[in-house]
Amino acid sequence: MQHYGCRQPLNSKEEENPPTCMERSPTQLCCRLARDVTGISKMPAVSKGDGMRGLAVFISDIRNCKSKEAEVKRINKELANIRSKFKGDKALDGYSKKKYVCKLLFIFLLGHDIDFGHMEAVNLLSSNKYTEKQIGYLFISVLVNSNSDLISLINNGIKNDLASRNPTFMNLALHCIANVGSREMAEAFASQIPSILVAGDTMDSVKQSAALCLLRLNRTSPDLVPMGEWTARVVHLLNDQHLGVVTAAASLITTLAQKSPEDFKTSISLAVARLSRIVTSASIDLQDYTYYFVAAPWLSVKLLRLLQCYPPPEDAALRSRLTECLETILNKAQEPPKSKKVQHSNAKNAVLFEAIALIIHHDSEPTLLVRACNQLGQFLQHRETNLRYLALESMCTLASSEFSHEAVKTHIDTVINALKTERDVSVRQRAVDLLYAMCDRSNAKQIVAEMLSYLENADYSIREEMVLKVAILAEKYAVDYTWYVDTILNLIRIAGDYVSEEVWYRVIQIVINQDDVQGYAAKTVFEALQAPACHENLVKVGGYILGEFGNLIAGDSRSSPLVQFNLLHSKFHLCSVPTRALLLSAYIKFINLFPEVKATIQDVLRSDSQLRNADVELQQRAIEYLRLSCIASTDILATVLEEMPPFPERESSILAKLKKKKGPGNLPDIDDTRWNVNGSAEHSEDTESTNKVTPHHPFTDLLNLNSTPSAGASLLVDVLSDISTPAPITVSEDNFSRFVCKNNGVIYEDQLLQIGLKAEYRQNLGRIYVFYGNKTSTQFLSFSSSVTSSDTLKTHILSTAVDPTVDGGAQLQQVVNIECLSDFTDAPVLDIQFRYGGTLQKIAVKLPVMLNKFFQPTEMTSQDFFQRWKQLGVPQQEVQTIFKAQHPMDTDVTNAKILGFGVALLIGVDPNPANFVGAGVIHTKNTQVGCLLRLEPNTQAQMYRLTLRTSRESVSQRLCDLLSDQF
Amino acid sequence: MQFMLLFSRQGKLRLQKWYVPLSDKEKKKITRELVQTVLARKPKMCSFLEWRDLKVVYKRYASLYFCCAIEDQDNELITLEIIHRYVELLDKYFGSVCELDIIFNFEKAYFILDEFLLGGEAQETSKKNVLKAIEQADLLQETKEQKVKLSILH
Repeated sequence: MQHYGCRQPLNSKEEENPPTCMERSPTQLCCRLARDVTGISKMPAVSKGDGMRGLAVFISDIRNCKSKEAEVKRINKELANIRSKFKGDKALDGYSKKKYVCKLLFIFLLGHDIDFGHMEAVNLLSSNKYTEKQIGYLFISVLVNSNSDLISLINNGIKNDLASRNPTFMNLALHCIANVGSREMAEAFASQIPSILVAGDTMDSVKQSAALCLLRLNRTSPDLVPMGEWTARVVHLLNDQHLGVVTAAASLITTLAQKSPEDFKTSISLAVARLSRIVTSASIDLQDYTYYFVAAPWLSVKLLRLLQCYPPPEDAALRSRLTECLETILNKAQEPPKSKKVQHSNAKNAVLFEAIALIIHHDSEPTLLVRACNQLGQFLQHRETNLRYLALESMCTLASSEFSHEAVKTHIDTVINALKTERDVSVRQRAVDLLYAMCDRSNAKQIVAEMLSYLENADYSIREEMVLKVAILAEKYAVDYTWYVDTILNLIRIAGDYVSEEVWYRVIQIVINQDDVQGYAAKTVFEALQAPACHENLVKVGGYILGEFGNLIAGDSRSSPLVQFNLLHSKFHLCSVPTRALLLSAYIKFINLFPEVKATIQDVLRSDSQLRNADVELQQRAIEYLRLSCIASTDILATVLEEMPPFPERESSILAKLKKKKGPGNLPDIDDTRWNVNGSAEHSEDTESTNKVTPHHPFTDLLNLNSTPSAGASLLVDVLSDISTPAPITVSEDNFSRFVCKNNGVIYEDQLLQIGLKAEYRQNLGRIYVFYGNKTSTQFLSFSSSVTSSDTLKTHILSTAVDPTVDGGAQLQQVVNIECLSDFTDAPVLDIQFRYGGTLQKIAVKLPVMLNKFFQPTEMTSQDFFQRWKQLGVPQQEVQTIFKAQHPMDTDVTNAKILGFGVALLIGVDPNPANFVGAGVIHTKNTQVGCLLRLEPNTQAQMYRLTLRTSRESVSQRLCDLLSDQF
Repeated sequence: MQFMLLFSRQGKLRLQKWYVPLSDKEKKKITRELVQTVLARKPKMCSFLEWRDLKVVYKRYASLYFCCAIEDQDNELITLEIIHRYVELLDKYFGSVCELDIIFNFEKAYFILDEFLLGGEAQETSKKNVLKAIEQADLLQETKEQKVKLSILH
């Protein structure tokens, strides 16, 4: 009865053994809990150290609260009490302060907000009493607050404790730094801790804390942890007598070596030596570091992990010593267990799996790889679910090694069986991953078939991913495309809801690019559409394929044009708007393919439900297609509705999607050279022009061709390119010249980001408002921007505190101030960086800051103008160019452009009214440059002559270059 | 290791330790999601699961779930034994530990954890050494308090 509400969690195996102290604990937990549940609440007997009675009473009160409201009420009462105690006149003694701070901590850990007590905690932290200090540190560690005045007080307390030479105090201080790990703490202590770590007289326990404290700081603020002479001495801690020190140091060295492997290369030989000593030791040698008869399992795992930062050792002796270690570990797996406890086998297998990870990482010893594979093969059938899970996971990486790929393949039946029989979905997920990883041409048909059959009953959580995987494998290993088409149609039939657009786009692309499969595809979709209830995705594929290739099966009377049309149209009313739009396009294609059904289809298009459809897109398509079919001759129809040209070769969008879903790291390498299912790439240009023939060709937007490098696809390209050596980014200046005569507009746009500008200038100063628009629905992370410019232009980003994240669909604004020092040619460049879907995006855009932006217009009379014109008569001062008009020669437009260029437009100055004359002064910080310009159009020849005269040759030239581009 | 959570079968959080900087809001969200996910699992299922881009390792001891989130490269089995060693430490210190001990002496549970794990990595895996450190500290405080009492007496 006492066990009411409890279940024995440990497996029955352990019950058979006489329970040791640890094993009894769960039972005890049960009894105590039972008392608790049945309402006989009892204080725990233990009151080690100091019992804070007030705290225990308060905790009991909270536990006795019957409702959330009662709890909140009790807490508010306590908070008021503590507040008044802290504010009261009477100075609190250390014990009370400790008790109240502890209560606050408890309240915070219950999930309530705490906004006071920090000061009292800081006081406790500087107390000389150990327990008070300890509670102070705990409070600070849990409730880190970037309250600046307190930070300096806290840091001061830590500093004193670090200098105290009292190891318990030093440890508390180090624990606090490691727990908080903030930048402020790193700034204050990162340089001091290495010396504590390597000093000869530091106690072992302090060394351990210092090592892991440094590890934490190195993770959060690596730039603040100075490398230096100490690093060499840290490596030698691997030789330390004290295994606890070695364990802590091994973690630190691994973290450091991951960042700069070269600096810690000497750790390889030390780690191998240490590992070798551990694996060959008798289990009792290491005393308390032996865990359930396994020698130092934590340290072994860490050493093996450290070695994974490096390639196999070059030194032959070292290498053979390591191989011996690994063999010993593999051998031990075959020995009978020294204990039946799960802890023994877990610890032993933890080391084994880490050793296998190292073997896979080295990927150089075929015998070890095959042995590892066989070992994992045994685990695949182990009765422990955990081991089966890990074996499947580990084998996934083994499958990508050329040495072990074949060995992994021999386990295919076991893995397929796991897919069918495992009761835990996370294990089945691992089995799917492994099947995907071990798939190649030889077993693709079997694996795809098994995955398809599993899909019928698969858990909802993994269906979408499985669909993508099946689609990829089917395409990648398709020997004949009929199999591919069958597979995808099956996929739609079984899991239509989970078939994303990418998948059915892809099957259409492939059918269009492969002549030999088109007839089969048409026949197959026609048959599949016969099913009374078929998935809408099938209607889409069917509509598209019959619209293109229905003629290939029209010879058979069972699939005559009219039968095909009726079949498609029978689905029409059950479909969503986009699908109906697609079907309408298929109908117009039918009119071209089969003149005999023209009248029937025209009747359908003419019906009110089409012509007066509430949906604009459907209505427009119906009207336009109807008109097209009525007025266009057969020849024109044939041209407009020609068969789609092959799609340009491109990355599979499905693979991109899977990568996006899983993150680039989690996908086994895909051999890209095998992705050649598409037709040749020569047609990309033609495709676009053909598509443009019809006003809105439904198929173009359907396949999303023109915006192919959609988020997913461009992600893929980035993933595949070598990230460590990024190609130099080209500065985008596509829209640059559009800004010569205007200040506002979009300067840059791609699939992810749009950058808009708004600028204003006065004399030699300018201000640009930059608007960054996130076009995706995903957040941009670590967003940052900077502007670089030449010496003659001073640029300064005002709003430096740009939010590092830009939400999907959101816009971010930034202000850039500009000061022009002297005349210049090079425009400043705006560099933008952000992370999108795990990939770093770098964009550089030339900011449209040109010399003419610093014009002040000058009005002047005809007389003044020609007088100055003559004054600037020196040949170097004049620059003239004659150029062909690029735009229609419209006087109003030209006027607007000259005004936009920044000069005053002088009317009635030039004797020839057709000419344009302007004057202005360029303001820079150092000088001002007067400027006159004259533009003479020749409408007959469609030419212009532009003349600029200024007191400076460089200015004349630059202005002439800028303006001559505009007409 | 990125964080460790202890929660009861009713989903009440008993201890939380974060080794990565996260806002309170994020911590609460993660806790809620993870507690739900783990509690929904059946007893004989495996102790590991993929969660976001982390691996979650959990084990139930009587009424308490111990749950750790580790990174892709980390070793699941050794993490499972980290949990067990922590339970052993609590058990030895409190003498047959139960959930109530952890509720009423939560600060001790944190102190023991800090001696065992720091920055998400094992600091001292010897049971004897960890308990020695904790008991030394207790002793330190007791003697001091006795001294204070003595001074009041005299």
